[in-house]
Amino acid sequence: MLTLQFVAHAEIKKLSSGEKINRILNLVKEDKIVLVEGRLKPMEETELIQRTMEGINKNFKGIELCTVYPEIKRESVMDKFTRSVASALTGVRSGLTVIGPATVIKEIKRDPNKIQLLTTNGLNRKRSYRLIGKKRRR
Amino acid sequence: MIKKVKGFFRGLLSIFRKKKHIKLGLYGPPNAGKTTLANKISMDWLGESVGIVSKIPHETREIQVKERIEIKGKGGKKISFNLVDTPGIATRIDYEDFLKYKLNKTEAKKRAKEATKGVIEAIKWLDNMDCVVVVLDATLNPYSQVNLTIIGNLAAREIPVLVIGNKIDLKKAKVKNIENAFPQYKVVGLSAEKGINIEEFYDALFEVIK
Repeated sequence: MLTLQFVAHAEIKKLSSGEKINRILNLVKEDKIVLVEGRLKPMEETELIQRTMEGINKNFKGIELCTVYPEIKRESVMDKFTRSVASALTGVRSGLTVIGPATVIKEIKRDPNKIQLLTTNGLNRKRSYRLIGKKRRR
Repeated sequence: MIKKVKGFFRGLLSIFRKKKHIKLGLYGPPNAGKTTLANKISMDWLGESVGIVSKIPHETREIQVKERIEIKGKGGKKISFNLVDTPGIATRIDYEDFLKYKLNKTEAKKRAKEATKGVIEAIKWLDNMDCVVVVLDATLNPYSQVNLTIIGNLAAREIPVLVIGNKIDLKKAKVKNIENAFPQYKVVGLSAEKGINIEEFYDALFEVIK
């Protein structure tokens, strides 16, 4: 059975980077797919990879990770200022970070329009879940 | 504000560092061709190779440095650097994946353990780089999180970046996809193995390393 756990921004906003990563990794090691509201900072992402590598063993083979966020193409100076102030005050809460154990998630396929999560089950069959985005017409 | 102060000190430091050899890092996911490119650069300018290449992922599991490479460009321009070839960055390493390449269980486990250490080392070395060439396999989807994380980190550290779409000699290669994924960076398509477009790569290096 696939378990998804949502971690709200409010739950982790006061945690240090290390604590945030601990919390996420502990959930992933329980074989849960974690959906974190917002994005990790770039340095947090590399710290997460480092900590993942340190933790690899017989049962834990690593993680699959994917960050999705709205692309801001055109923005007025005022909008940019407002967004910057809001981010500084409340942290980056736009977007979504998906993190799961490599033993459960076979692959996260991503292109600009959609992300797909391919999981493995006990019979080693692939299952595909489209998380975000529309299927493109060909 | 902190970014501006850091930028100021980075600029100030670069004045003092200018006469020394800069560190040029090769980063990317496993099997993108980092060591093949390192070998090509080193063979072209020093006449010696950097490391062993193989089809098995995580062949490079330790940082490899080739010191004092000096390349010459158009109009007599020169740049010299220490070339740092890094292990491929990955988020998952399973020894069973290496068994497919006919390694025995002991070898596969050893390789996996060394590979995890290599990833950690590669990330630690990010802070030491003055300029980074991100080597991507042009036959693969560029929107992988590892690619985005590497490039996001370099941007956050304000390290100049040149993106390479390697393996353009293969039919499936699509450099345009990489250009679309990272429009803010200069992207050069090349084949490190066959030496295709290597001159364009050296020209681009001069643009990025100022």
